[in-house]
Amino acid sequence: MTWDDSQPMVSIKDVYKSFGKLQVLKGVSFDVMKREVICVIGPSGSGKSTLIRCVNALNTIDSGSITVEGQEVHDPKLDKLELRKKVGMVFQQYNLFPHKTALQNVMMAPIHVLKEDKKKVEERAYELMKKVRLEGKEHNYPGELSGGQQQRVAIARSLAMRPDVMLFDEVTAALDPETVKEVLNTIQELADDGMTCMLVTHEMGFARELADHIYFTDRGIIVEHGPPDTFFKEAKDPRTKEFLSQIL
Amino acid sequence: MSGPHADKAKTDLPVLMPGAARLRRGAGKARREGGMRVELELWHGLVLLVTLAVALGVAEASQHATESPWAVLLRWMPFILWGQEGQWQGFALNIIISFCAMALGTVTGAALGLMQISLLAPVRTGSWLLTQFFRNSPWLVLLFTIMLLLPFEIRIGDTIVPIPDWVKAVIGFSLPVMANISEVVRGAVISLPSGQWESAESLAFTRAQTMWMIILPQCFKRMIPPWMNWYSILAMATPLCSIMGVEESVTLTQQAMSSEGGRPELLAPFYIFLLVIFFVYIYPIARWTVRLERKYTVMI
Repeated sequence: MTWDDSQPMVSIKDVYKSFGKLQVLKGVSFDVMKREVICVIGPSGSGKSTLIRCVNALNTIDSGSITVEGQEVHDPKLDKLELRKKVGMVFQQYNLFPHKTALQNVMMAPIHVLKEDKKKVEERAYELMKKVRLEGKEHNYPGELSGGQQQRVAIARSLAMRPDVMLFDEVTAALDPETVKEVLNTIQELADDGMTCMLVTHEMGFARELADHIYFTDRGIIVEHGPPDTFFKEAKDPRTKEFLSQIL
Repeated sequence: MSGPHADKAKTDLPVLMPGAARLRRGAGKARREGGMRVELELWHGLVLLVTLAVALGVAEASQHATESPWAVLLRWMPFILWGQEGQWQGFALNIIISFCAMALGTVTGAALGLMQISLLAPVRTGSWLLTQFFRNSPWLVLLFTIMLLLPFEIRIGDTIVPIPDWVKAVIGFSLPVMANISEVVRGAVISLPSGQWESAESLAFTRAQTMWMIILPQCFKRMIPPWMNWYSILAMATPLCSIMGVEESVTLTQQAMSSEGGRPELLAPFYIFLLVIFFVYIYPIARWTVRLERKYTVMI
C-alpha cells in the first residue's frame, strides 16, 4: 500500500494499552492529516502522554493500530529506526545530552544516524539554532542554558532529522512561566511553516490559538473533540466542562 | 467518590514520596561503591606519627641491646620501602601489585559491567552471577585459591615461562576488583536518567550508538571517584599476599625483625611505621577522591 498526502499522516485506531492492571488507553481513535496541528488535553493520568509516546513506539500498544504515513507502527517487523527518522519528539524534561554543546546536540543524530556530511550538517545546525532564536548560544553546554533555551535546542535537535511529524509531550510543563512563551513561539513558527504537530499540553490559550483540532481525554478515552472554536465554546460533556472551568 | 484523594491508598500508580528520590540516589551510590569508603583525615596521620614516637620511646626504655630502636628502624627503612638493591620488593612491590591488579581488574571489570546491561538474558545473568560471586567472596580466599591453583611455570613449546608469586597475587587481587568495577559500571549506567535513553531512541540512534556516544561518556566522570576508592581499598589489601611469601613490605618487615633477633619491643614501631607508609600513600588519593566526588555531584 502506498501512502500519499490525501491520507492521514498519523492514524490511530481503537488503541488499547495497559500497564499491569491499570488501563491507560481504552479505545482511542483519531487521524492527523499532513500540516495539521492537533492538541491533546486532559487531566493528569488521562493517558495523553502514553498515547503520544505510542506514536513513535517508545511505548507499545496492546491492541488496535497506529500508522504513520501508512506504515503500521506496532508491527513487530517494523524498522523502528526508520520510523523514528520520520517522527521527531520533544520531551518535558528536554533530555539534551549534557556532555555535548548545543550545536553538537543538534548535529549528532544527522551525522551518526543519517550519515550525512559533517560540513552540511553543521551549516544546517547553525541555521536551526538561528531559527529557534539561539544565535550565539551554539557553543554553550545545556547546563549553561535556561530551561526555555534548552527546550528550544531540543526542538532544533529534532528538526535536524527533518521529520515529517513532530510530537511535543508537555514541553512547557517544566519551564518557568517567563520562558514558556519563547518555546511556544518556536512551536507556532513551526506550525506556520506547515509542520505536522501533535501536542500534549496544558497551555489552553496556546491550544486555542494554534490547534486545528483539540482532543480532550479522560481516563483513557477521548471524551470530546473539535476545532478550538466549537470545543471551547460549546463543550457538551460534563467532564470537559468541569476540566475547562478549572483550567480557564 | 467523595473527593480526589478518597481512594489514594488504593492507587496502583507508582507514588514518589518526598525524599524518596534522595534515598534512592543514596542507595544507588552505596551500591555503586560497594559500601566501604576510605575516609582518611590528616589528623589520622598525626595520631599515627605520635603513636610511632611513643612506641619507639617504649622500645628505647626496655632496651637491652646497645643500638637505639630509632637507629634500627632507620637502618631498615630502605629495605622495607624497596627491598634489596636493584630489586623491586617491599613497599614498591605493594604499589606495583596494586597498579597491575587495578589495571587488569578495570579492563575485565568494565567488560563484565557492560555484559551486565546486555539485552541478551544469558549474558546478563552469567555476568551478574560472576560479579556477585567474586564481589562477595573473601579476598584472602580468592588469593589463596589463585596462588595455589596456578602453576609456578608454564611451558609454551620449548620455552618455560615462570610465573612469579607476585604475578599470581596480581591475578588473585584483580578478581574482586573486577567484580566491584563491574558493579561501578553497571551502577553508573543505570543511574543515568531514562530520558537520555528515550531521547536517543527517538532520534533513531541504535543501542550501541546510544551506549558509546551518549551513555558511557556521561558515566565516565561518575565512575572515577568510586574507581579511585576501589584503588585505595586494593592498595590497602595488598599486604594480604605476604601470607603467601610474596616479598612485599610486610614480608620484608618480618624479615628485618627476625634479623634483629626477633626482639618483641621492635614489633610495635615496625608495624606502626608500615601503617605510616600506607597512610602517606593512600591519604592523598582518598582526599582527591572526595574532592572529585564533590565536584561531579555539583555538576550533575
